Amino acid sequence: MEQLLSILIGILVASAVYLMLARNLLRFLFGLILLSNAANLTIFVAGRLTPGAPPLVPDGLDAPIGVVANALPQALVLTAIVIGFGLFAFALILAFRAYQSLGTLNTDEMRVAEPKEPHQ
Amino acid sequence: MSWYLTLPLVIPFAAAIVAYLLRSSPLGAWVSIIGSGLGLLASIALMAVVLDAGVVAGQMGNWPAPFGITLVADLLSAVMVLITAITGFAVAIYALGDINERQAKLGYHALFQLLLAGVTGAFLTGDLFNLYVWFEVMLIASFGLLILNGGKEQIDGGVKYVALNLISTILFLTGIGLLYGMTGTLNFADLALKVDQVENQGLLTVVAMMFMVAFGVKAAVFPLFFWLPAAYHTPSFSVSAVFAGLLTKVGVYALIRMFTLVFDHDIGFTHTVLLWVACFTMVIGVLGAAAQSDFRKILSFHIISQIGYMILGLALMTPLALVGAVFYLVHHIIVKANLFLIAGIAKRLTGGTEVYQIGGLYKSAPFLAILFLIPAFSLAGFPPLSGFWAKYIIVKATLDIEMWFVAFIALAVGLMTIYSMTKIWAEAFWKPHPDGIKPELKNLEHKWAQLVPVAGLAALTIFIGLNPEPFVQFAERTTAQLLDPTAYIATVLGDVR
Repeated sequence: MEQLLSILIGILVASAVYLMLARNLLRFLFGLILLSNAANLTIFVAGRLTPGAPPLVPDGLDAPIGVVANALPQALVLTAIVIGFGLFAFALILAFRAYQSLGTLNTDEMRVAEPKEPHQ
Repeated sequence: MSWYLTLPLVIPFAAAIVAYLLRSSPLGAWVSIIGSGLGLLASIALMAVVLDAGVVAGQMGNWPAPFGITLVADLLSAVMVLITAITGFAVAIYALGDINERQAKLGYHALFQLLLAGVTGAFLTGDLFNLYVWFEVMLIASFGLLILNGGKEQIDGGVKYVALNLISTILFLTGIGLLYGMTGTLNFADLALKVDQVENQGLLTVVAMMFMVAFGVKAAVFPLFFWLPAAYHTPSFSVSAVFAGLLTKVGVYALIRMFTLVFDHDIGFTHTVLLWVACFTMVIGVLGAAAQSDFRKILSFHIISQIGYMILGLALMTPLALVGAVFYLVHHIIVKANLFLIAGIAKRLTGGTEVYQIGGLYKSAPFLAILFLIPAFSLAGFPPLSGFWAKYIIVKATLDIEMWFVAFIALAVGLMTIYSMTKIWAEAFWKPHPDGIKPELKNLEHKWAQLVPVAGLAALTIFIGLNPEPFVQFAERTTAQLLDPTAYIATVLGDVR
């Protein structure tokens, strides 16, 4: 299972890099969300995959019995997904506003903040 | 409950909520000022406690250390929190005259307080995942502040800033995952103990490099700095002042924290990389500054070259070099934020930031000219200002271990800094205004709200410069803690160990 997921992460990163190298801002953002999913999967795999029971502590005990899934990576991934999703939503809206005010999504043509210097 | 650890975080959050509710009334700005003032008091209290106890830690929700969320303050964290609060207070006052009604209505003051909360949290947190979360709080607030004006320039700068910061965030997150996989913990103190037991030390170095790149983007080191000069000159002046002062320093702080506490297993490799990075950052930053002609762009490139000095202090890893890095960190935040605030006043008086198109500030506003000269000279390293001592310690540290070439670079970059400061001086202050405008201070709206923070920060620079002894001693104590983290680890882990 680990090998399969590692290959999947590799594919995700490769596609993400391919998309992010494009000059189109929207493609860049799609690459970014693939990359963030690859990062989430990495955390998930790094926490060891166990085909165990949910990590529930029975009544009156301090620790769960038997092999249970590691709850910490799941908590981390959950947080990271929420934050990543919020940031992605912001980035999408920013791209939309950029298209509205700059009239282009081609990153090569976005030179308003760094115009050619007049004194060079 | 360790109130002194939580108050510097709770106050800005509370102020953010109140400021957001009052965003359409003029009271919002005052909420921000009062909030920052209370935050300053809280961080002074924290500083007093830390000076007394050395390291203090608090377990949130009473979960014991490696499992729960830990807030921890050693001397480095405490001084960073204090300096954040000082800068925040100064900029909050300055915002009275800088932020217009529209920006206030869009929630400027709430976002500003949120940014302060994020920065403070990043300095106080004791585990890696919370560092990520605080980085996000800080990033989201900074995204909002950056594009608040909504002009073409802001959107364009914002796109680049957002894109590169998101990549660094993802890299940081991946590094966290891999490190957790190897050590099974995310708590700094616990990590410091566990990394030595990892079998595959080579893999650990790979993860260390991932963190170096991730924090390097935040700290804007060579070759990862391109987002900074693209974005920092676009927002309102109070925003770019607080960005320039604080945001990159959070990256530097994270680098210092991780590469003294956790990743000290392969210093021969990681710190050599840091050394090269530091040298290139210094040189490229100052060359970039020499090529620019916009007030704020010159200053932005200067941030990059100055970051190089701090990374240099970390890379050398000798006690004296780290003293220099800590001293530099504190001095630079004050000076840099101040210069950006002055750029704001200059723009208001002369109508622009392009130095070839403005002028005449010295003749009609000599007081402002002096206020500019103090931080500018301090940045370039003139005695007896604070920058001189910072540079002197760093250069002395390189000479002590006979790295002549590095010392030469550090000195030459200092010289180049003077050159590009001279450009601002000659063009914006010395020569007459090309359009014949007389930039007089009495034309300034909200004159005192803008001048008092600038003068206050300048006075602080002079005070540190004339009275460096206690500050150097403090930096020495901080360095001793960084190089020997036993107290840190013992305080955080408590009796769990």
